[in-house]
Amino acid sequence: MTKLLYYPGCTLKADAQHFEESAMCALKELGFELQELERWNCCGTVFSLATDNTMFHLAPLRNLLRTREEGGDKLFTLCSMCYNTLKRANKLFNEDPEKNDKVRKAMYEEAIAYDGKTQTLHLLSLLRDEVGFDTLKNKIGKGLNGIKLAPYYGCMLLRPDGLGVDNMEHPRVFEDLIRAMGAEAADFPFRAECCGSYQTAQQPEIVAERTRLIIGSARKCGADAVAVSCPLCAFNLDQRQAIAARLHSDFELMPVLYITECLCLALGIEFKEPWKAFHYAPVDAVIRKMEKKA
Amino acid sequence: MSKKQEQVSVFIMGKKFMVPAASTIMSALEYSGFQLKRGVGCREGFCGACATVYRLKDDFKIRTGLACQTVVQEGMLIAQIPFVPAVKPVYDISKLEPTITIFKQLYPETFRCLGCNTCSKACPQDIRVMDYINAVERGDLAKAAELSYDCIRCGMCALRCPAEIGQFNVAILAQRLYGSCLAPKSKEMIERVEQIRKGQFNEEMAAIKATDKAALKKMYYERDIEPGESV
Ligand code: SF4
Ligand code: SF4
Ligand code: FES
Repeated sequence: MTKLLYYPGCTLKADAQHFEESAMCALKELGFELQELERWNCCGTVFSLATDNTMFHLAPLRNLLRTREEGGDKLFTLCSMCYNTLKRANKLFNEDPEKNDKVRKAMYEEAIAYDGKTQTLHLLSLLRDEVGFDTLKNKIGKGLNGIKLAPYYGCMLLRPDGLGVDNMEHPRVFEDLIRAMGAEAADFPFRAECCGSYQTAQQPEIVAERTRLIIGSARKCGADAVAVSCPLCAFNLDQRQAIAARLHSDFELMPVLYITECLCLALGIEFKEPWKAFHYAPVDAVIRKMEKKA
Repeated sequence: MSKKQEQVSVFIMGKKFMVPAASTIMSALEYSGFQLKRGVGCREGFCGACATVYRLKDDFKIRTGLACQTVVQEGMLIAQIPFVPAVKPVYDISKLEPTITIFKQLYPETFRCLGCNTCSKACPQDIRVMDYINAVERGDLAKAAELSYDCIRCGMCALRCPAEIGQFNVAILAQRLYGSCLAPKSKEMIERVEQIRKGQFNEEMAAIKATDKAALKKMYYERDIEPGESV
């Protein structure tokens, strides 16, 4: 078992517990054990773009500091938002001397000073670079053969250029993973469209329209389900289907699954009953179909 | 000839006073003629009534402490904070579920925490205040209750928080929910409550009530502090 220092983030402890659990099950099967950071705080939620933003970078940097305190130099994340915020804060820390100086001074009470050396590692990079899709494919075999999944990247996994898990304009990591699981990856034009993000709090209707577009496009491609890796995308694409259905009588619900839930099914790990309750669009039928294949 | 007590100068709300060097901020206030009606309680560092803010000479940092526990220093600038007006909604604890939802309703500002850690810097009890607020944010009430256990509600964290959170009241709610819904029940406590209900201690209680102050004090200091183990 390889141990990974793991940063869950708040959502995985609340609305996305099935994301964390399914990731742990699948990764265990692949030889990785997630060791949650002893001390951690909110990642900061979004990377602040304001000019006077020093205060907002303390939260992510503190988690990177905790990683160093606990003897690590790599911090593993599942949530795309956390991944993005942590990674960008670190870049800023290392590349902006003025901000670096300010945040260091603001963190004078910490036992050690942060050195900028924590690498943030996302699930998709781990599967691609450390497990390897060929190895995964060999292990899985036929897996989800006959299932078509629409890979939804959203924004936070890919942007800004150079910090994402893959090429910003032509990503393929999600598709490659889906293929390694034996499934077919839908060629899906809305795969990197914004889901509407935090508009969901103030103006859910805007998000419901995005959801309708994105889900509609996945349906046109013949997908059985949409696969995601971000709890906010998951919330918007799944829970907001309720409003989309209310506003558009022709809207049909489509299951939205975390990539880790799919991976569990591909690896022959049971889809746990309590995970179902976290989903809005019913997942029973697609899970039965996937279980039969794997 | 008695040796003259060493004195230092302090500034109490801007005015200079000479006070004994070994005094606490609280005794310095009284030595200087202030009669304390608010901002004082146990004088033992337990009640949290005596929150104080001060600066040291030639130091830019705002420091916080308990007036009854902090010894004065030469050139100290002192002010007392007898009360902190923090948010305090009314709730019936027996009707609440130990979930994150209730915090979203009663203390929504909790979720504005920036992770600046100013609260922990301000806490005279050295509590990891930010960490307990973050435990609440992720719904880990057991952790929040554990981390905030030593809180004495002095309010310094709330005054320093840029997100305007009233941390100590959030902590009370977490502790209450943990205590009433999540913590393992103590067998001993259940038995003891039953005994009290049955009136087993009525006579002893009446005897204590009839005891004079000196004898009571003696009894108090000689009492058995840890009677047996809880389950
Ligand atoms: S947590 Fe806040 S109220 Fe409680 S002791 Fe610390 S500073 Fe005072
Ligand atoms: S002072 Fe307020 S915003 Fe800063 S870490 Fe503490 S609770 Fe969060
Ligand atoms: S008077 Fe009670 S803590 Fe200082």
